[in-house]
Amino acid sequence: MREIAAEAVARAVREMCIEANTKLPADVAECLRIDSRCEPWPIARDALEKLVENFEIAGRENVPICQDTGLACVFIDLGQDVRIVEGGLYEAVNEGVRQGYGEGYLRKSVVADPLRRRNTGDNTPAHIHVEIAPGDHLALTVAPKGFGSENMGRLAMLPPSAGEGGVKDFVIESVRLAGPNPCPPVVVGVGIGGTFDRVALLAKKALLRPLDRPHADPYYADMERELLERVNALGIGPQGFGGRTTALGVRIETWPTHIAGLPVAVNLNCHVARHVSRKL
Amino acid sequence: MIGIRVETPLTRERALAFRAGDAVLISGVIYTARDAAHARLVELLDRNEPLPIDIRDALVYYVGPTPAKPGQVIGSAGPTTSYRMDAYAPRLMDLGLRGMIGKGRRSPRVIDSMRRNGAVYFGAIGGAGALLARRIVSAETVCYGDLGSEAIRRLTVRDFPVTVVVDAHGGNLHETGMAAYLEFAGRKQAGERPIPCRFRPADGCENTARCRWTPPPC
Repeated sequence: MREIAAEAVARAVREMCIEANTKLPADVAECLRIDSRCEPWPIARDALEKLVENFEIAGRENVPICQDTGLACVFIDLGQDVRIVEGGLYEAVNEGVRQGYGEGYLRKSVVADPLRRRNTGDNTPAHIHVEIAPGDHLALTVAPKGFGSENMGRLAMLPPSAGEGGVKDFVIESVRLAGPNPCPPVVVGVGIGGTFDRVALLAKKALLRPLDRPHADPYYADMERELLERVNALGIGPQGFGGRTTALGVRIETWPTHIAGLPVAVNLNCHVARHVSRKL
Repeated sequence: MIGIRVETPLTRERALAFRAGDAVLISGVIYTARDAAHARLVELLDRNEPLPIDIRDALVYYVGPTPAKPGQVIGSAGPTTSYRMDAYAPRLMDLGLRGMIGKGRRSPRVIDSMRRNGAVYFGAIGGAGALLARRIVSAETVCYGDLGSEAIRRLTVRDFPVTVVVDAHGGNLHETGMAAYLEFAGRKQAGERPIPCRFRPADGCENTARCRWTPPPC
């Protein structure tokens, strides 16, 4: 049994919260740089150039790329031969978020109750998801999620007869309805299969896969490519002012499902598609 | 940076001259307010109490900045999505609010109120909070400090870059910009053919090997 101190988890999460909010992942930065050169529509190109300038300033000066430093989504791959000692795992993650958002001068954007809406003042609790597998590893991913894009998510329980076409149309329709609101260019996370709750999680996890890594299954890699083309044919463009670059990428994750069901979910991310991973 | 320079407060006459798509650089005082602050302002109005800011010919910026680091005027400060303020904005425009700065769509009711009152909706670049903060030269809390990031602040901005998204005549860049682009792209409807790339290797495109557009456009 490998022992990991809760304090080590908290320290890692603290550092990752700050890093995620100030340094854009290399794959996202590369996409924005390329698109700022290749975008054919002038107002769209101007916007993309400003986005590049923005994340360069943020990285250089260690300031948040975006003022919505998000709800801290923390994904944990936990080996079953790991024991967290000197504290609880969830408490450690929340302590890391508390410290990171405080010391990093990040915005505290969490309310304790959805209707009474009192700010918790330290951006906790984090949204924590743990998956347990054989081994003695502990891998953390911190993905601060802004709600301008989160609010534009959609979920449908399609009939199996809707098939591939129905799923694709739902994705395109979701991006079209979101329009300028989620800060395009967006990253489109798509979940297909599982259950009502699982499919939403799949869509969010899809946002974590780097933009330069297509789906391992060629069938879904082709679908990702096709959906990206169709999304970028909508003409929404950066900020919704028109243009080709509506999305930087489409990422799909799937799960086995019931004979009667075809759940599909779309979780949009803005161009500040933040995520940092680390193994302890 | 290029744009029509304008100083606040913004008169009705000046506001009426803007057209959707205009690039504008704002200088002067603007006020921050987002969800929670708007709810409080409208509560004051419901009780017939005076507002804590002079709303006439004022500009409100929908923003909740990150905390300022030592030595900074303000933290990152890009726009938040505007539709959440749609429920409140017409009340404020009826009292003379001349402009709003945010991002994303507005409701038909807000756009109606803008036409009636001669107000403008500006878009700042969503997600460019570090860049936009550089155009803010001073910031002080006016009220609702207990709301933290959502407090009402008085900002002084210099050449703050925005685009007119909806003008006082109903012109709407989200609609016209998308239509103009799609026309440029040579298609009647979305989703038919890939759009040719503006660049060719001869034009200096260095991205041919890594181009993400299929089929390879260059």
